[in-house]
Amino acid sequence: MRPGDELPPLTVPVTRTLIVAGALASRDYQDVHHDPELAREKGSPDIFMNILTTNGLVGRYLTDHFGPASVLRSLSIRLGAPNYPGDTMVLTGRVEAVDGDTATVRVTGTNGLGAHVTGTARITVGGAS
Amino acid sequence: MDREEHLTAQLKAFEGRPAATRATGKDPVNLPMIRHWCEAMGDTNPAYTGPDAVAPPTMLQVWTMAGLSGHQGLSGQGRSPHQGLSRHQVRSAAYDDLLALLDAAGCTSVVATDCEQEYLRPLRPGDEVTFDTVIESVSDRKTTKLGTGHFVTTRTDLRVGPDLVGTHRFRILKYAPARTRKTPPRPRPVVNRDNAGFWEGVRRHELLIQRCTGCEVLRHPWLPGCNACGCPDWDTVRASGEGTVYSYVVMHHPPFPAFDPPYAVALVELAEGVRMLGNVVGVPYDKVRIGLPVRAEFRAYDDELTLPVWRVAG
Repeated sequence: MRPGDELPPLTVPVTRTLIVAGALASRDYQDVHHDPELAREKGSPDIFMNILTTNGLVGRYLTDHFGPASVLRSLSIRLGAPNYPGDTMVLTGRVEAVDGDTATVRVTGTNGLGAHVTGTARITVGGAS
Repeated sequence: MDREEHLTAQLKAFEGRPAATRATGKDPVNLPMIRHWCEAMGDTNPAYTGPDAVAPPTMLQVWTMAGLSGHQGLSGQGRSPHQGLSRHQVRSAAYDDLLALLDAAGCTSVVATDCEQEYLRPLRPGDEVTFDTVIESVSDRKTTKLGTGHFVTTRTDLRVGPDLVGTHRFRILKYAPARTRKTPPRPRPVVNRDNAGFWEGVRRHELLIQRCTGCEVLRHPWLPGCNACGCPDWDTVRASGEGTVYSYVVMHHPPFPAFDPPYAVALVELAEGVRMLGNVVGVPYDKVRIGLPVRAEFRAYDDELTLPVWRVAG
């Protein structure tokens, strides 16, 4: 694990099912995450993924790569282009810094519209908790 | 202080006020909710299953969500979970008041923009999460692609018993959707040094015709010199406003954002003899005919734009 290491990309098909399942699993019943008609009334072309699902997918991306013994210490994300149904998001990551057994990783999720999410995580590898 | 500054000052007063105080998560950390989350995320990490399971750290906010039913003491029915702030137990009214103020200002839509979390220790099934949320900041008015509004940042400290287990900073944009803004403004006339006098007249509700001081010929549109004699000197004559439709078109297509087709555009011959373009009003677009008598009037399209239009006379 060295600064500059690239994580293999993860391709996430942004299905309507993923958006709704993610919203419900995160207890988020905002209508814009499950009701296309109400989403349109609020100026959105369709339902879109909630931030908690994006957060969960980024977390999964990191722990998939660093392994089940790794421990996420912090995660900061910012959303940009929304994830609408039918799009595909590709997550990529790069190790920015390494401090002992803890890496700082920059993550980007890009969809057909642009950068959906940019974020920074700190993750401890090797299971020290 | 204008209205916007007044609103911003009202909003800023919420900074530092609590949004939730010693609130309790609706459910203790539990395996079924963890499993549902992992199914949705496609997360097969074995750390989240089995007798020593921990919750995915990114579920932190989930344990604070109010869910569909809201919480006690509230009307419930389809109330939004307000971006993760539980309404359970001791709950400050400040956050509701802040959102209501923004709603009243037209910022009725909400979108989450930032989430910053620190995970101090893993959460395990059985952990009862309590949390305190403070309104950290409310931004000045910002214009984004989505619309114009204010960013609201909250910070939540999550505890199990006395122990801080995680922190969660969350930013939403409360905004007025760009889509619901009024019809876009009508295009502005191109005002230059040769025609500025005409538009100054329109502002005073006067229709001014240029007159050559060399040969007395009237002309419109305004030009720097006379087409009849070449003389550069001129003065103006105030038009009576009487005219007839000399020719016209009805615009059906293409639609243009500031206009509402179909509408008639006429070339009007003024009583003084010159011709001007303008919309015909006061009659359906399909009733406009050559020879129709019209009279000039001035219509304010917005705070900055007044144009002469032609109303059917008599």
